[in-house]
Amino acid sequence: MSAIAKDAPALVPRPAGGITKSVRDSLVVAKRNLIRMTRIPEMVIFGLIQPIMFVVLFTYVFGGSISIGGSTDPQLYKEFLMAGIFAQTVTFATAGAGAGIADDMHKGLIDRFRSLPMARGAVLTGRTLADLVQTTLTLVVLAGVALIVGWRTHENLAKVICGFLLLLLLGYAFSWIGALIGLSVRTPEAATSGGLIWLFPLTFISNAFVPVTGMPTFLQHVAEWNPFSATVAGARELFGNTMPGVPKSVTGAWPMEHPILASVIWSVLIIVVFRTLAVRKYRSAAV
Amino acid sequence: MPGAIHAEGLVKTFGDVRALDGVDLDVPEGTVLGLLGPNGAGKTTAVRVLTTLLRPDSGTAFVAGIDVLKKPDDVRRSIGLSGQFAAVDEYLTGRENLQMVGQLYQLTARDAKARAGVLLDRFNLGDAADRTAKTYSGGMRRRLDLAAALVVSPPVMFMDEPTTGLDPRNRQQLWDVIEDLVAGGTTLLLTTQYLEEADRLAHDICVIDHGKVIARGTSDQLKARTGGERVEVVVHRPDEIERARSVLTALGKGEVTVVQLSRKLTVPVSGGAKLLAEIIRDLDAQGVEIDDIALRRPTLDDVFLSLTGHAAEVHENGDEESARAQAERSTDARSKEDTR
Repeated sequence: MSAIAKDAPALVPRPAGGITKSVRDSLVVAKRNLIRMTRIPEMVIFGLIQPIMFVVLFTYVFGGSISIGGSTDPQLYKEFLMAGIFAQTVTFATAGAGAGIADDMHKGLIDRFRSLPMARGAVLTGRTLADLVQTTLTLVVLAGVALIVGWRTHENLAKVICGFLLLLLLGYAFSWIGALIGLSVRTPEAATSGGLIWLFPLTFISNAFVPVTGMPTFLQHVAEWNPFSATVAGARELFGNTMPGVPKSVTGAWPMEHPILASVIWSVLIIVVFRTLAVRKYRSAAV
Repeated sequence: MPGAIHAEGLVKTFGDVRALDGVDLDVPEGTVLGLLGPNGAGKTTAVRVLTTLLRPDSGTAFVAGIDVLKKPDDVRRSIGLSGQFAAVDEYLTGRENLQMVGQLYQLTARDAKARAGVLLDRFNLGDAADRTAKTYSGGMRRRLDLAAALVVSPPVMFMDEPTTGLDPRNRQQLWDVIEDLVAGGTTLLLTTQYLEEADRLAHDICVIDHGKVIARGTSDQLKARTGGERVEVVVHRPDEIERARSVLTALGKGEVTVVQLSRKLTVPVSGGAKLLAEIIRDLDAQGVEIDDIALRRPTLDDVFLSLTGHAAEVHENGDEESARAQAERSTDARSKEDTR
């Protein structure tokens, strides 16, 4: 084992800087997280069970009872519902990112990364990119299940794909919130519950599962300004799942009048704010 | 000329706890400094500051001649860190772990791959290279962690309690690796709670307690400071004790202590092996039959005890953990008072 140090001269670190280094390092970390996913497939599978359950439960339990623009036709509800379930599913990436990063902190891997001459944001960007891949897979499976239970789109394929991209953008934005949570808590368990708990009010006080028409006025305002609602409404529009009897907006909130644009703005804003906060937290993660 | 690691006046507080309270360190190039101290002494905090993981409240630090506070990224290119908790990804194979670290050290994918292969062989991990680290034993994980720190053969290495929790065989193996490394010219700062480890590996030792350096020097210097050597004699029969006592009183440097039951006499001496020969001759002349005689030098344990007033205890957790826990407790206490 002698001369461990002596054979190094051939290995001169590549001089690289700026954006190339950031992209490269992020991809190295993303690859690492994707390899992990293949080694722990049960995590991906559990990630699928909940949204599939929601699709089935909401469709068959609530489907005949919820009035969509004055009609309780289950087919209408299916088409109304799916964008909501999809959107809720992508936000669950938050918990995954949070738990993963908290786990890395806990195990000392973040210390290892922070002692390496790598791009500062790469550990977090790599993580969120890997989560984006997982979210995409989840959405594909979920869309299949939705089609099986009777969900139909009424726009061309390009628009439908744009609808999914809008959802993925939201998911990516939320994984940055998760990253910040993961860096802020002490244990992976806390990151999981801390990452999930606030998602329930956020996704339920919205237009995702029922039209906001029946909510108290105060909640209608909250729901229509909720970034999550904008994405749901935007995806509905791109899927051709808007319901004639359901008004675009009850309170006249701007995001509801222009849901696609509003959704993009909200998501980009979340990315900018939470990426900045998370990277700063990572740099100074004075454990 | 300042050494490969040079720090002055490092201070770092966590809440009310002064984890570092004005620490100065200097490690000449190619040497090993053993940072010795009990839990909560500030060893890990010092390593974290020097490896750019933690900003000190005040003080300066240079590693490989580079300012740690001003150019942390340049420092990171020149150091390897092997931690107390083996920081490898347990769901990645040994090879994948080393390749990833190599690429993050900015090696090309090809170089990283080649280097991973070399290191896996060197550290006897060749057979396990393509198994996930989860399946590795504790010793294998430590070796993998150390290999990860050596991917670019950095000129300066930091090892935070590298052998804590390892069995004697694995500890011995790791010591051999570390000795090879230093023979190759690497500068090393090593923290440890094991006095034996510092004794064996370190050229210089800094004893640190409550965030302060309380003693420094070579292992021999520290031992000499504690009060030098002593001679222990065990005589064969109880009635020989008095005769032996008079011999030892004449040749020794202080009071002779006697344990009647085990027929053991101890006396402080100076003069080493030469004096030992003299004592044996005189005892023989007096017709004292001896079962055992030895020149005892103080161990680092003795040094530690006399310097800190408490023995070097070994616990599972790292020192920073306990400092942090302490800090949190006091913060909690404060916030409770506030709410009242």
